[in-house]
Amino acid sequence: MSSPASLPAAARWLFPVLAIAVAVVAPPLMNSDYLYEAILLPFLALSLAGVGLNVLMGYTGQLSLGSAAFLAIGAYAAFNINLRVGLPLPVTIVAAGIIAALVGVVFGLPSLRLRGYYLAVSTLAAQFFVQWALTRFPWFSNDSNSGVIDAPTLSVAGIHFVTPLGRYYFTLTIVALLTALSARLVTVKTGRDLMAVRDHETAAKIIGVPVLKAKLVAFAYSSFVIGVAGVLWAFAYLRTVEPDGFNLDRSFQILFITIIGGLSTIRGAFFGAAIIVALPLLLARASSGLAGGALDSGSLDMIQRIVIGVLIIGFLIAEPDGLAALIQRAPNGLAGRVRPRSSPATR
Amino acid sequence: MTFGFRWKHLVVASTIALGALTAAPVASLADEQFFPLQSYRVGPYAAGGSGFFGGFIDYLNLINIRDGGVNGVKLTWDEGETQYEVERGVEVYERLKSHPGVAAWNPLSVGIAYAMIDRITQDKTPLITINHGRTDSTDGRVFPYVFPLLLNPYSETSGIVNYIAGQVGGLDKLKGKKIVVLYHGSPYGKETIPIYELLAQKYGFEVQQIEVPHPGVEQQSQWLTIRRAKPDYVVLRGWGVMNPVALKTAAKVGFPVDHIVGNVWSNSEEDVLPAGDAAIGYTAITTQASGQNYPIVQEIVKTVYGAGKGNLEDKNRIGSVYHNLGIVNGILNVEAVRIAQEKFGHRTLTGDEVRWGFEHLQLDPAHVEKLGAKDLFHSINVTWDNHEGDGYVTFQRWDGKKWNVVSDWIAPDWALLRPIIEKSSEAYAKEKGVTIRTSEATPVVN
Repeated sequence: MSSPASLPAAARWLFPVLAIAVAVVAPPLMNSDYLYEAILLPFLALSLAGVGLNVLMGYTGQLSLGSAAFLAIGAYAAFNINLRVGLPLPVTIVAAGIIAALVGVVFGLPSLRLRGYYLAVSTLAAQFFVQWALTRFPWFSNDSNSGVIDAPTLSVAGIHFVTPLGRYYFTLTIVALLTALSARLVTVKTGRDLMAVRDHETAAKIIGVPVLKAKLVAFAYSSFVIGVAGVLWAFAYLRTVEPDGFNLDRSFQILFITIIGGLSTIRGAFFGAAIIVALPLLLARASSGLAGGALDSGSLDMIQRIVIGVLIIGFLIAEPDGLAALIQRAPNGLAGRVRPRSSPATR
Repeated sequence: MTFGFRWKHLVVASTIALGALTAAPVASLADEQFFPLQSYRVGPYAAGGSGFFGGFIDYLNLINIRDGGVNGVKLTWDEGETQYEVERGVEVYERLKSHPGVAAWNPLSVGIAYAMIDRITQDKTPLITINHGRTDSTDGRVFPYVFPLLLNPYSETSGIVNYIAGQVGGLDKLKGKKIVVLYHGSPYGKETIPIYELLAQKYGFEVQQIEVPHPGVEQQSQWLTIRRAKPDYVVLRGWGVMNPVALKTAAKVGFPVDHIVGNVWSNSEEDVLPAGDAAIGYTAITTQASGQNYPIVQEIVKTVYGAGKGNLEDKNRIGSVYHNLGIVNGILNVEAVRIAQEKFGHRTLTGDEVRWGFEHLQLDPAHVEKLGAKDLFHSINVTWDNHEGDGYVTFQRWDGKKWNVVSDWIAPDWALLRPIIEKSSEAYAKEKGVTIRTSEATPVVN
């Protein structure tokens, strides 16, 4: 897998800095609530979840189908901390992430004995258990009639982030911080331990990598990041939450974001999320413009699903290493027709 | 592998093409009133969605074709598919809300409605949740823009309990009886949990509430529990595919179908037909009768379907429960616009003006008859502080081919429910810092 570490230092920094600059400056120019509420906020929250899952799946090689459960834990933990303890928002978010991390470690324990598909099945337990617990015990949703919670207003040190733009900047800040942290994590020793576990567990053990610790760290960190993404999803994007919103479909969505974006790349999560969030919307707009009312919305939706499926297969055939690899290679590919083959997919 | 290279071009080109197409043309606006529709025609609840939105659109079409709109103001609409999912509902809301002349939102999903309450209150457009929704939004003092028209979930519960009381010989005979509520595992399904508990206490019956996880295609364990519990009645508070599965499973475990009472979202042809013989003798509550024998339904068949503009693909569904509910919903929306027009003028109204119309949506049985909907639904009487409008209910029994009405129009026990609703809405007002309205005056939004 082409590693960003092989690029010159300046180039490595160029992309994230440019991306953040564009993310800060460009959206206000468009001045459209729709852009924030329907595209950018879910995009950022899911990107962050993708980054979190990538640490676990891409870098450590532990397949998980329970991501939505950790989104839910983050969201509900933040809601309850805010309701019952009343800490400042940043502390609440970190605490919610830590609670998600603790639960992540518990559900990560089977990884010490299980691998591959077997582990995937055991992470399904997290998915179903958490959703069940959140519905079963009304305490989690403060005994609300419908099991739906209303998220509080985002405010830090007296500043309220109420407008779509405010919530966007709030989300962007957190996503940027955690993404930077994740990018750092995978380059330091801990990160190399994770990759060693992924590439060959037995070999890693022999050269002295603490395999058990590395796996649990991966579960904890990944759950932490996904938990925080859950807070953003609930508080900044939807501003209301019900457990059904965190079902298995959502877990698969995050899984696809990670795979389509590219395993073992931090930036891949953003590309993947862009495809998963934006493409259906783009198609919806395009098809309703094209059909002009000739088809009802149901048929349009079916057509969209087919088109999205085909496009995803197309992307993956064009580049099995994900969009991150495709985009990194694009300049070479366009300049000459010589394509340096990247190393085969990691597994 | 040049194959991969061409693929990339294809993908890039199609992405660009799609982007270009998304710049949809904006319609010019000459006195139009717009209905944004967060509909769902695919997914597990497609039967309800397509019937309801089909009826709604058919009625809007009728008004356009027959009357040229409401006092010359044409009715327009646009659909966005939600699949009953909250995120998609929010996306469609954000997509359609900037369209000029939005009259009201009708998402037909409690989950989506909850997510919209803050948004529509800020944007000052009415949110209609006919026969469902958040119960305490009945209190117009706290929820100025939300209207659970005709029947909120608590009124429905009261109506069902009163009906069961009638079957066993009076409210005093409920004592010692056992009722199981089988509810859909969603915000909609859970909405009535506290009110059943409360009514059980009040009338001395025992209640056991059992959840069926969404979407409800497997209910063996729930019905075995019911068989062990041996209740006198089972209330089916289902939605979509859960309903026929419940009826079939009940037959399988040997629970008598004539002791199952369906709620207002378990009362359609789509709920009983797939269950076949297992559904014969099943009774359900409704706010609007089914069938095509009502003048307004006849007119839709003649004028709208006659002109080839009908929304339902399957003509047999005309006059079905969901279709008729959509028509009733159309009547209520259009009449609210008409009432508001009398005050503000025959032009495109703002959302807040339509809100005023809904708060004066008073249609007595005579007026309903004039609209061609006599016996289709009873009446409605919305005021600024009562956003439900005291709808009446009736019960219908399935004979294997059609629904037959088996009761008069029954009034739920509103006086009993109002204090409970106010307690809940006032708690919400306190939590959210909402100023409680004390008069009809324009609501303050903070």
